[in-house]
Amino acid sequence: MNNNNTNIGASIFKLLTSIDLVLIVSLILLISLGTAILFSATGENQTMMNNHTIHLIIATLAMLVASQIPSEMLNRWSIWIYAFGVIVLILVLVQGTMGKGAQRWLEIGSLRFQPSEVMKLAVPMMVASYFSKRNLPPSFKDIFVASILVLVPMLLIVKQPDLGTALLVGTAGFFVIYFAGLPWKWLAATAVSVMVAAPLVFYFGMHDYQRQRVLTLFDPTADRLGSGYHIIQSTIAIGSGGIYGKGWLNGDQSRLDFLPERHTDFIFAVFGEEFGLLGNIILFSLYIFIIWRGLYLAAKGQDTFARLLGGSLSLTFFIYLLVNTGMVSGVLPVVGVPLPLISYGGTSLVTLMAAFGLLMGMKRRKKGYGPSQE
Amino acid sequence: MEKRVTIKSERQEYRLFRSRAIVAAIIVFIALSLILVRLVYLQVTHFDHYTTLSKKNYQKRIPIPPVRGLIYDRNGALLADNHIEYVLAAKRDDVKDMDGTLKRLMQLLPITPKDVVKFKQKLRVNSRFQPVVLRKNMTEEEIAIFSANRLRFEGFEVSVRMQRNYPLGSVASHLLGYVGRIDKRDLKKIDNAEYSGSTHIGKSGIEKFYESRLHGKAGYELTEVDAHGKPQLKLDDEAPVAGEDLYLSIDLELQVKAEELLRDHNGAIVAIDPRNGEVLAMASMPAFDPNLFVNGISYANYNALRDNPDRPLYNRALQGSYPPGSTIKPMAALSGLSAGVVTPTSTVNGKGFFQIPGNKHRFRCWKKSGHGHISLNRAIYQSCDVYFYDLAFRMGIKRYSKAMKRFGFGVKTGIDLPNERSALMPTPEWKRKRFDKFWYPGDTVNTGIGQGFFTATPLQLAHATATLAMHGRKFRPHILRATRISRNLPEKLVNPEKLPSIGVTKLRYWDDVIQGMVNVVHGAHGTGRRSGAGAKYRFAGKTGTAQVFGIAQNKTYNASKLRKKLHDHSLFVAFAPVKNPRIALVVIAENAGGGSKVAAPIARQLLDTYLLTDKQKAEIKQAKEAKNKGIDNNAAGRQ
Repeated sequence: MNNNNTNIGASIFKLLTSIDLVLIVSLILLISLGTAILFSATGENQTMMNNHTIHLIIATLAMLVASQIPSEMLNRWSIWIYAFGVIVLILVLVQGTMGKGAQRWLEIGSLRFQPSEVMKLAVPMMVASYFSKRNLPPSFKDIFVASILVLVPMLLIVKQPDLGTALLVGTAGFFVIYFAGLPWKWLAATAVSVMVAAPLVFYFGMHDYQRQRVLTLFDPTADRLGSGYHIIQSTIAIGSGGIYGKGWLNGDQSRLDFLPERHTDFIFAVFGEEFGLLGNIILFSLYIFIIWRGLYLAAKGQDTFARLLGGSLSLTFFIYLLVNTGMVSGVLPVVGVPLPLISYGGTSLVTLMAAFGLLMGMKRRKKGYGPSQE
Repeated sequence: MEKRVTIKSERQEYRLFRSRAIVAAIIVFIALSLILVRLVYLQVTHFDHYTTLSKKNYQKRIPIPPVRGLIYDRNGALLADNHIEYVLAAKRDDVKDMDGTLKRLMQLLPITPKDVVKFKQKLRVNSRFQPVVLRKNMTEEEIAIFSANRLRFEGFEVSVRMQRNYPLGSVASHLLGYVGRIDKRDLKKIDNAEYSGSTHIGKSGIEKFYESRLHGKAGYELTEVDAHGKPQLKLDDEAPVAGEDLYLSIDLELQVKAEELLRDHNGAIVAIDPRNGEVLAMASMPAFDPNLFVNGISYANYNALRDNPDRPLYNRALQGSYPPGSTIKPMAALSGLSAGVVTPTSTVNGKGFFQIPGNKHRFRCWKKSGHGHISLNRAIYQSCDVYFYDLAFRMGIKRYSKAMKRFGFGVKTGIDLPNERSALMPTPEWKRKRFDKFWYPGDTVNTGIGQGFFTATPLQLAHATATLAMHGRKFRPHILRATRISRNLPEKLVNPEKLPSIGVTKLRYWDDVIQGMVNVVHGAHGTGRRSGAGAKYRFAGKTGTAQVFGIAQNKTYNASKLRKKLHDHSLFVAFAPVKNPRIALVVIAENAGGGSKVAAPIARQLLDTYLLTDKQKAEIKQAKEAKNKGIDNNAAGRQ
């Protein structure tokens, strides 16, 4: 890394060669589509669109910066970021301010900072870093240690309480273990134990509002104006969109304010209403392509750390998509997960784009074994 | 930890990752496909369902109530219209400081704390965008006060609404009925779509019977509303169609006169045009003010009406079952003639009482000394009870009852008003069912003079009299004479409904009976001769004095010793002119005594009112004034 004396042209060239054009084009397509629907979902609100533009600029910068971080450096930093994250989580628990009935934010001056968001990246980095120094497939002991590394921050986030984020953080960590070579048998055992644990968690580990969300999923009409309202209105929005949709800016459900949180967590309903099933198919194709490209780039990663982190980030992206669209279309419980890269909100957008930056930066730069050698 | 020298095998780890990545990709594909399946389910399979739900969400039909039809008398005099009422109302969200504003309003306008409590209750229940009324029926002064201080009552507005109004107050109140707020019972019967914008519905009388015509057709405005119910855009609308205007057959002058003449009594008057069954007047006294009911009658007012022993809410003309007494003798006579039990010349020995062979019980005649040998004509104009005891007894109850039913006794006339009663023309079957008792011959005897179990409504009596006047040609009594759909269109007349005629073919029989009735008022010995005196036309009548309770065999009726409620009813039936009759009527004055004393003079005045020309009326008035003047002068002279 000796760019101090090289001219600007050279550094731009380097920047461009380091980013993945295929991924960037599909991301631009997705974000364009997302911006269009956001314009509609915000009710053509100029302030929000301006904010969104700022978010996009920051996110792009974050992606470019992240793409320049060599994976060795990231590997070395992992433990410190992780340790920092855990400490902040503890701090939040001790003195966190109240936000939406849960302690999630840390306020430093005028900055509001959500540490659990950091852990979405820090946990998979830590676990990947841990496995990168071990032989794979991992031994029982390695898996055990990795599980502890995942569970500690998870429990801290559950305590906030923010079950949704805790699960996402846990999932991100778990994906690393999966890519590291968690034996299939164990995978099956994990699946079984999750199924056993689910009802226990439901009855003993959940807050009332969380339990309500799960119950609402099975019968949204039971609480028509309460927690069922979101699901009823979002299914009406999607269903009434039909095959071709009502057209851009013409979604009655969203335009007339029937759809709550329509520019954030429920923006997928606006999309489905205005662009219909055809729009949904295009959207899903784009997403699937991005996930596939992510996995592809991960596979081309220069070392184990890069591959494991890349794989986990791609699948986490997939999980966001699954949980959000599942929730909005009424097949999964209502969890506060935004539609990745489309929902309004800076934190999520910047984190995701940074993650894609990291993915791009992981492309093999030195000799190794992999498809690029061919 | 130098035990195991682990050489990381890049190639092996790469392969491991690749296989895991492929499995992951497959899972991604399957999972997202499942979500797409769900989307197909929502957007294709259930598209219609969700489209309906979506429209239901944002499309609001705001009903526009139609204007209720007006009611006129036969000459176009207004009986019921719609009044413009000014109300003070506000929408929940438009008032910032509700409590303060209400307090200030109470200082300026006559608003009671009770009004405020009611207002706040409604405010909580109603939509934010629906105005709630705080004060009804604002006077011009109140509006002026409010308007001058409007800035202090932000959110409150004076608005206009239509309210049913009966300009003549209690005149024809039973007949017209009234409208009232739609209640739970009404909701079960009505088409909710048609009434969604309406607040009132006909509760009784014409207002109830012709509700569907008067109400009209509701219009609507289809607007787009947002999730908070706030209207955004008009999508579609349809103007309401006003209700039909009704022209009743009632002659307002006659109606008012009838109510005026009956003012001192409880009772009823019904006048019918015998040529077509049109009801010219239908009075029931005492009456009530239907305006009280329009916007919800107060408990105090309602209790006063309900607990009044004279029962002002009760339509005596339609629902009062009175013993018809001697007024049915003409119909009985005709039945007897038709059955061959009597002839115009056959006589009965009226010796003051009638006895069934082999029985000691005496059925007494009103005239203790008796009428001597008496034939049909005299039996009618002198109202000989014994003649008709004998007639009914010889005819037998079955034949008698059947014949009288043909005049409409014991049967509903089918008039276009709700809650008509059939009263009773008794039969042995009826008595067995009702009391589980045999029919005694004595029961038959009593029906001959319209007593015993025999009852009739004033409407039935008027109807039977009209039928008699027409020599048996019957028309169903009706009140609706014409309708008008729009002010620009001509009225549409309602065709009279002809009923099967009474099959007494011998014209002579009708003439004989009618002659008896003419003699009642115009004969030298008729029971109603005083009422017939000086008439400018010939008319036929029959007095009736109905006993309210039985008098023991050895007692005599002595009004002064009886409570007013037990006094005899005073009845009179009449029609005029005898040739080409134009009006048939009945007058019943409860507990007023003999028919000739009270009911007959009233009937005469009504006939004058209807039949005389204005010039003739003026002459009579002049003569009367001159006479009064004379008395006054005399009185002055004496002093």
